[in-house]
Amino acid sequence: MLKIENLHARVEGKDILKGLSLTVNPGEMHAIMGPNGAGKSTLGNVLSGREGYEVTAGSVTFEGRDLLALEPEERAAAGVFLAFQYPVEIPGVNNTYFLRAALNAQRKKRGEAELDSMQFLKLVREKLKIMQISDELLHRAVNEGFSGGEKKRNEIFQMAVLEPKLAILDETDSGLDIDALKQVAQGVNALRSPDRAFLVITHYQRLLDYIEPDFVHVLSDGRIVESGDKTLALKLEEHGYAWVAERDPALASEARA
Amino acid sequence: MSQSPAPVPFVDGLRAAADLRLPGSGHAWLDAARRENLDAFIAAGLPDTRAEAWKYTALRALSQRRFAWGDHTATSRAIDPKILTLPGVDGPRLVFVNGVFRADLSRLDTLPAGLTLQPLSQVLEQDPEPLRFALSRHYREASDAFARLNAALAGDGVVLRVAAGARIGKPVHLCFVGASADGDLAWHARNVIELGEGAELDLVEHHLSNAPQKHLATLVSDIVLQDRAKLQHMVLQHASEDSTLIRHGSLHMGAKSHAALHVLELGGGLVRHDVHAELRGDEARLDTRGVFVLRGRQHVDTQLAIRHQALNTASESIWRGVADERARGVFRGAIVVAQGADGSDASLSNKNLLLSSQAEIDTKPELEIYADEVKAAHGATVGQLDERALFYLRSRGLPHAEARALLTTAFCRAVFASLPNETLREHFSSALLAHLP
Repeated sequence: MLKIENLHARVEGKDILKGLSLTVNPGEMHAIMGPNGAGKSTLGNVLSGREGYEVTAGSVTFEGRDLLALEPEERAAAGVFLAFQYPVEIPGVNNTYFLRAALNAQRKKRGEAELDSMQFLKLVREKLKIMQISDELLHRAVNEGFSGGEKKRNEIFQMAVLEPKLAILDETDSGLDIDALKQVAQGVNALRSPDRAFLVITHYQRLLDYIEPDFVHVLSDGRIVESGDKTLALKLEEHGYAWVAERDPALASEARA
Repeated sequence: MSQSPAPVPFVDGLRAAADLRLPGSGHAWLDAARRENLDAFIAAGLPDTRAEAWKYTALRALSQRRFAWGDHTATSRAIDPKILTLPGVDGPRLVFVNGVFRADLSRLDTLPAGLTLQPLSQVLEQDPEPLRFALSRHYREASDAFARLNAALAGDGVVLRVAAGARIGKPVHLCFVGASADGDLAWHARNVIELGEGAELDLVEHHLSNAPQKHLATLVSDIVLQDRAKLQHMVLQHASEDSTLIRHGSLHMGAKSHAALHVLELGGGLVRHDVHAELRGDEARLDTRGVFVLRGRQHVDTQLAIRHQALNTASESIWRGVADERARGVFRGAIVVAQGADGSDASLSNKNLLLSSQAEIDTKPELEIYADEVKAAHGATVGQLDERALFYLRSRGLPHAEARALLTTAFCRAVFASLPNETLREHFSSALLAHLP
C-alpha cells in the first residue's frame, strides 16, 4: 500500500530525513518511535504534503501512485489521512460544515455521489458513538476553544468519518491524560480493518499499551535504525533511546563526535 | 497672477448641465441651491489626493471622462424584475433606473400605516417646501465635491417618513439599478429619510447594474432618527465593475435611538462610501458592520466618521476588507467623542485580508476623545490567510480554492452575525462566497 524508499527531506535548508525506507501493507499497524529531533513529524508532514518540506531524494508510492506528486487534497482523496500533532483552530468555520464539505470534496474527486445533509447526519451519528464525542463540539467552529483532549478526539472523529486507507497519527498521544488517551486508542481500534493501515508516530510507548502495533520502528537521525514487533517498544521504554544508539556503531560514533 | 487650470473634460461637460430642467425647477430657493452647488463644484473641481479624505483614492481617470448628465429614456429601459428580488425582503419597494423612479417596477400599492414612501421627483413637482431645509444644504468642504454635484443635479430619490410610534413590520426595499444606456452616463439620487419618535424601520438598500457603459452614480442620503427610533439599515452593493458609485450618508440620532448598519460591498469599479453619524441625543446607540470583497482592479474606499455628542452614547463598528488580484481597499474610521459626551463607549475593529501580493489595503482608525469616563477601543490589521489553517483544510480533502473561500467567508462572518433577517443574512453570505475568485 505505502512504499517509502530511501527518502531524504530537508526543512529550512536542514537535512532531516536521511534515507528512510518503509513498507506498509493493508491492515497493518506500524509504530514509528524515536527521540525528539529524529524526524518523526517531518515524516508525517512529508507524507501529507505540507509546504516547506523539500524532498531531495527517494520516493514514496501509495497504491502504485507517486504520492509526492499529489497536492494535499489529492492525497486526502486517495485515502491518506494525517491526524495533526497540533490541530489548527479555525474560527468561523463550523466543524460539521467543514467535515461534510471535505468528505464531499473527496467523494467528488473519486467519482462517488456526494452525501446530502440527511445522509451525512446519519453517518456522523454512527461515528459519534465510536468516539464518545459530545455533539455539542460539532456545532462549534473547528477546534476553536477545544481542550487538548477534545482536539485530538476530533482528529480521530474526522478520521472515522473520512474513512481513509492509510491513517498517519502524528504524536496523537502527546499532551493527553490517561482517560483521553484511552478514548483515542479506543477510536483507533474501532477503525482497524483488514484494508486500512496505520502509521502511529509517537515518542512514548504508553499509547502502544492500548493500540497494539504489528511493527515497531525506531527512527533516529532521519533513518529507521531498528525494526521489530511490539516487544521492541517495551525494550525502548525500559532502556531509553540511548540503548538504540549504543547498538548502532555508526550512530554511536556520531553521538560521540 | 492666477494660473488657469488645465481643462478637465468631466467639469467642462458639466457647464451644459446648468440648463437641465430637473423636477422642482422653477422654485426659486431650489434653483438657487442647485446653481450654487454647481458653481461651487465647477470652481473647485474634483478633489485630488492631496486632500486628506481622498488620499488613497485618485480621481484622475474619472476627471478625464465625459458623461451624459441624465438618461431621458430611463423610464422605458427594459429591466427584468427578477433581478430586483432579494430573499427575505418582501415589503414595499421603490426602484430607480439610471436615477429615475420607475413606478412599474416599484411596489407601493399597500403601504403599512405610518409609512410615507414617495419618489423625490413626485414630491418636488407637488410641494417641495417641506424638503427646503434638506435640499438647501451647502457643502462647504471641497472634499464633499460629489455631494455638491448631487445637490446640483439630483432630481429623484427616496422620501421616506415613519410616523412617531409606528413600527413597520416588513423591510422597505430601495433599489438603484444602473441600466444599459446610450453611452457613458452620470446619474444622481437624493434620499431623505426620517423616523419619528419611537418609530421602527428595516431598510434594505440595494445597488445593482448590468450596463456595459461607464456609469457614475452619486447617492446622498440624510437619515434622521428622532428619540427612541430604531433603524436596521442593510446595504447590498453589487454594481457592475464599470460603475463608479459614490455614496454619502448622514445620520442624525436622537436620544435613546438605535441604528444598525450592515454593508456588503461586492461590486463597482470605483466605490466611495462615506458615513457621517452624529449621536446627538443621550444614550443613542449606533452599530456599524461592513465588509468589502474585491477582485480584479476594483477600488473601494469606505470612510466612517462617528461623532459622540451626548451623554452615555455608544457606537460599535466592525469592518472587514478582503482584496484579491490587483484590487485596492481603503478604510478610514474616525471616531470623535466630543466634549460633554461623558460616559460614552466607542469601539472600532477593522481587519483586512490580502489574498494576493498585488492587492493593497490601507486602513486608518482614528480616535479623538474630549470627554470624561469614556470607554474606547480601536484596532486595525492587514494580514494574509493563515497557511496552517489552509493546509489543515486541504489535508482533509478540500481543494485549494474551496479552502481559501471557506476561510475568507469565515473571516467576514463577524460582520453579519448580528444581522437579524436570517434569510437575508444567508443571501449576503452566499453572494459573498460567489464573488470570491
